[in-house]
Amino acid sequence: MPPIIEVKDLSHIYSVGTPFEHTAVEHANLTVSAGELIGVIGHTGSGKSTLIQHLNGLLKPTSGQVLVDGRDIWSDKKFLRSVRGRVGLVFQYPEYQLFEETAFRDIAFGPKNQGLSGAELEQRVYRAAGFVGLDRELLEKSPFDLSGGQKRRVAIAGVIAMEPQVLILDEPTAGLDAAGRDAILKNIRDYQRSQNAAVLMVSHSMEEVASICDRLVVLYKSHIAMDDTPEVVFARSEELLRMGLDVPQVTSVCMKLRQMGLALPESIYTLDQALSALEGLRKGGVSC
Amino acid sequence: MLKDITLGQYFPGNTPIHRLDPRTKLLLLIVYIVALFLAVWYVSYLVVAVFLVLVTVIGHIPFKAMTRGLKPMLIFIIFTAVLNIFYSRTGTPLLEWKFIHIYSGGLQTALFMVVRIMLLISGTFLLTYTTSPIALTDALESLLSPLKKLKVPVHELSMMMCIALRFIPTLIEETDKIISAQKARGADFETGSLIHRAKALIPILVPLFVSAFRRADELSVAMECRCYHGGEGRTRMKVLRFGKLDFLAFFFGALLLALVIVLRVFGL
Repeated sequence: MPPIIEVKDLSHIYSVGTPFEHTAVEHANLTVSAGELIGVIGHTGSGKSTLIQHLNGLLKPTSGQVLVDGRDIWSDKKFLRSVRGRVGLVFQYPEYQLFEETAFRDIAFGPKNQGLSGAELEQRVYRAAGFVGLDRELLEKSPFDLSGGQKRRVAIAGVIAMEPQVLILDEPTAGLDAAGRDAILKNIRDYQRSQNAAVLMVSHSMEEVASICDRLVVLYKSHIAMDDTPEVVFARSEELLRMGLDVPQVTSVCMKLRQMGLALPESIYTLDQALSALEGLRKGGVSC
Repeated sequence: MLKDITLGQYFPGNTPIHRLDPRTKLLLLIVYIVALFLAVWYVSYLVVAVFLVLVTVIGHIPFKAMTRGLKPMLIFIIFTAVLNIFYSRTGTPLLEWKFIHIYSGGLQTALFMVVRIMLLISGTFLLTYTTSPIALTDALESLLSPLKKLKVPVHELSMMMCIALRFIPTLIEETDKIISAQKARGADFETGSLIHRAKALIPILVPLFVSAFRRADELSVAMECRCYHGGEGRTRMKVLRFGKLDFLAFFFGALLLALVIVLRVFGL
């Protein structure tokens, strides 16, 4: 199946011609296909936010191209607008962008801009609210009266309601408690599975991306440093640490154990993997 | 992108111009403006322009930044020029056709007006390019402090100005982010009728106001936590002091003024 988004040799430089000029992304190549759940990780200032804002045409590349279905998104204005509906982007702290009188109307803003109305619009809103686990009675409240976690869900639902083929989220769980975090990750996973959508998730939590992503893109100093499955990426734990990134706690425990002489594989990044590897060692006669 | 607005943005640096006391720079700007308005003929305008260019070069400010600052004023400048060309009827008539009369004097006044506005704006930009907003408000507070005797709340006013200046980039960034987020949800700010476009601003303005009030609230709490209670008995980390450089600058300022006055007497 051909990829939905193709990024070709993209570079972006901010504030060209001023003393504040700096390169945020350099020579990035990336493809995104339906059904993928991609984690984007990188240190603060590594270019993650800049990169993802190119995928739906909010930023124009300084050089290089972004193709959606093989067509340059900057080729014409109408196409660019349709891309915004097909590639949904949820910003960091999206609850600060709520503005309507009721949560329902806020969620309806996106699909309305796509030209939907009446029963179809209503159905979209309720379906989106369902994905993020919002009760119908909450939808009639003012978004400013909701709790932090609920606001976040309304904001995410506002993008999901456009039913994008690619959903991009910039740190969707930042500032939430453990329960809120797990719930939102589950919502994202549900949406990805039921719509066979592609999801890109920027995150600072390695536990988070290790638990749900099946591909990881690592950015380091404006470059895409790694782009592979979590097994391969976390097997390069030492490199990740050198880039100032964390590794999942299990992975760092296993690194320590390996240094102490246990023959554990390098690619462990979930508890289950660690458990079965240790079981295997015990069966093999090593005491631990 | 809103972020690319560099109007009056501070260019950090360590040139003699940057090191001048902000009060000196503020006073020199006033001297410069007075000199500019005293200028009557080509020679005096040239002197003022040379002064501006010298300061720009010493301050390592790229000329590109200076011309960029003039761009938003272009319509205003053209408007002034056109008005002056048509309404000034001195000198010899150059063109008379129906209701259009162009005189040589009109052309000259137009030229002088344009040059004056451009030099005025550039000079003001030079101050903000080489002085950080905080230094500028400090200078203002210090220069206005005699007004305290008249019960004018100088410190409070300058603190308000300082906060306002401090939050301009923050609010621009915030606006940028909100615009992007609403664009990502398919909002359209560029097409449609005027009413449609005005309505399209609601999704930007509501979150912007909400966040501005939230920030104001947080800032006031943070200031109170650090025992801020107004200007009474407050000391400064950076005490403003005039140095050798400042006296040198004042000397040059006085020289400029004297030169322009002398040239005025001779009608040059």
